[in-house]
Amino acid sequence: MIKFLTKGIIRDRSRSLFPVLVVTLAVAMIIFFQGFMDGVMNSMFLDSAVVSTGHVKVMTKGYKEESQLLPNDLALLETDQLLDELRQNHPDHFWTPRITFGGLLDVPDENGETQSQGPVLALGIDLLSDDSRQIEIWKLERRLIDGRLPENTNEALLSTRLAGRLGLSTGEIVTLIGSTMYNAFTTYNFTVVGTFKLNLGPVDRQMMLVDISGARLALDMENAASEILGYSNSLFYNDTAAVALRETFNKGYSDSIIQVLRNQQSYETLSLMKDWNNMNVKQYNILPGQRSQGLADNNMYDNIKEWGEFSVEDAGVFSPTMMALRDANQMGNMVDYMSAATGLIVGVFLVIGMIVLWNMGLMNGLRRYGEIGMRLAIGESKGQVYRSMILESVIIGSIGTLIGTVLGLGLTYYMQEVGLDYSEAMESLGSTDFIFSNVFYAQVTPELYYIGIMPGVLATVLGTMLAGRAIYKREMAQLFKELET
Amino acid sequence: MIKILISFLSFAFLLGQSNDMSVQEIIQAMDNNLNAKSRVLTSKMIVHGRRTSRTIESKNWVVGIDLAFTEYLSPPREAGTKMLKLGDKLWTYSPQTDRVIQISGHMLRQSVMGSDMSYNDMMEDRPMEELYNATLEGSVMIDDRDHWIILLESKVKGLSYPKRRAWIDKEYLLPTKEELYAKSGKLLKTSTMDGIKKVQGRWFPSRFVFKDELKRNSKGTEWVIDEIEFDSVIPESRFSKALLRK
Repeated sequence: MIKFLTKGIIRDRSRSLFPVLVVTLAVAMIIFFQGFMDGVMNSMFLDSAVVSTGHVKVMTKGYKEESQLLPNDLALLETDQLLDELRQNHPDHFWTPRITFGGLLDVPDENGETQSQGPVLALGIDLLSDDSRQIEIWKLERRLIDGRLPENTNEALLSTRLAGRLGLSTGEIVTLIGSTMYNAFTTYNFTVVGTFKLNLGPVDRQMMLVDISGARLALDMENAASEILGYSNSLFYNDTAAVALRETFNKGYSDSIIQVLRNQQSYETLSLMKDWNNMNVKQYNILPGQRSQGLADNNMYDNIKEWGEFSVEDAGVFSPTMMALRDANQMGNMVDYMSAATGLIVGVFLVIGMIVLWNMGLMNGLRRYGEIGMRLAIGESKGQVYRSMILESVIIGSIGTLIGTVLGLGLTYYMQEVGLDYSEAMESLGSTDFIFSNVFYAQVTPELYYIGIMPGVLATVLGTMLAGRAIYKREMAQLFKELET
Repeated sequence: MIKILISFLSFAFLLGQSNDMSVQEIIQAMDNNLNAKSRVLTSKMIVHGRRTSRTIESKNWVVGIDLAFTEYLSPPREAGTKMLKLGDKLWTYSPQTDRVIQISGHMLRQSVMGSDMSYNDMMEDRPMEELYNATLEGSVMIDDRDHWIILLESKVKGLSYPKRRAWIDKEYLLPTKEELYAKSGKLLKTSTMDGIKKVQGRWFPSRFVFKDELKRNSKGTEWVIDEIEFDSVIPESRFSKALLRK
């Protein structure tokens, strides 16, 4: 039956070419549109995540409170251990330490005297580890304008704008003048090995990128980091998953009293208490949970006003806490707004596409009014005709959907690789602090592989089913009259 | 009641006579104790940070108010770092970078080695008499010792602390406690001194405690003088930029 119908569709081009073409175009457009919107949204979040927020990030509570001041005296310590725990407990993310610091860059002349000087915002990121994905997520190979990537601790990349302002070119040495994590004055020499352009509006105006080992040496931050950033392995930001991860982490790690107890080895003290040794493992394991729960209940450590009254020396300020991307300034609103806007736009587009295809199925059914009458007249049952029409529309819808999906994915993939550059428009937004890519890229996501089925097959079939209802309204007597004419 | 009042006023008058010094003389005496033609000192700066305390050892050579040379001796990271002050200019040398960098502008407001002292604090060591007009506000007993309270208001422009209040010990003629204010009246820093002993005929403290009141929860910085020698002969070559790199 399917073979028979397929032959009929292929031979009668009026039944195949136009409907398949319409389905193909509609499906391709829906897929491309969805992919483009996803890409824009993800690229927007990914740029913010790469430069500043991570999909999630861990820092001390004190650092979180004063993050605008880049307070490295409140940095995370023993980061290797924390990184191991994060990698072990959350393998669906990759974790990377970062040091963010400010200072002055001093360019010496041939006598070692200051030739030029300017402020710098520097990031110490993991550029040299074998398993690091920083070069990939920063797209440094693509964004490198001149020179090469750092290969040593004391090598640095400068933004083209900063290098231009200081009159620097690759191979020259600059001295960083800043403060260590103990607030001591420090100077450190970096060799400029390359320049980069992030294409992210004003973000890279004063930016210098160095390997975290260099930042640690410069700032006396051995095994310390301002923050540890986490990214989902797929680099796709899932807000619900990020928020859930934050909740889990903060319950387990950020309870300052638990941290203090742990640090002071209070468990050893507790072990001296009567009956402690008689407790079974289950009871023993319940205790920290109960304490965490108790603290979470009174919300004391989440209440900023109460927190402000705490002495900064409270050991709790040094305990790690996690933030999701949405917790960063205005990012929560942006995540909600973008998700809603994308859903709405794609939804509207999907509905319009479905109406078009539905209408096509309807028209196709009506156009074949005479043929259906003939088939009924020569003895086919109404059910048989109806079923064959639906089967035909399934075949047409499937072929169109398949071609449309391939076409749509191809277009989306092309835009994912090439992108839509609108740098000139972004230059006019030079004063904004929002990290925003100058190039829009689409994103091929798993849902693009099946999203076309709904409009492509279902809408076409529904249209045909609606049109096919007319078959059952035809009277045999009327059919013979139609045949006579 | 009148008798009591008369007795009190007479006592106060007699007490005033016993401290028969004008405000100007007090300030001069204080300057004489704290300043010298030259001094060579070895000291420790104990910086109490948010997490840990660090001790930084240094040796200083100072001539008058214009020439000063500091070499940091420990910890290893700071060892070999040198600072030179010539008049109103300050240079620092770090062996890690082998660079001599002039500290100027807003950098002068930054903390020295993470302490509660800024480079400006180090620079402004001219005699109080030259910089401030003094007003006697009264007397007070602190730790069973009699002190004058003197308000100092700047008579030159551009000082880091246009106003300061000093509690000056009547015997030692040293400000055992000081509050340093901005022009607006906001308290910026406090300092105290103790361990006062006689060195080469003058009273001099062996420990200062500086506290930056703008640093939230600052625990202050201790400056402990281990050795000090006044009016020693220091060769002029000590204060050359070339010596920074040696």
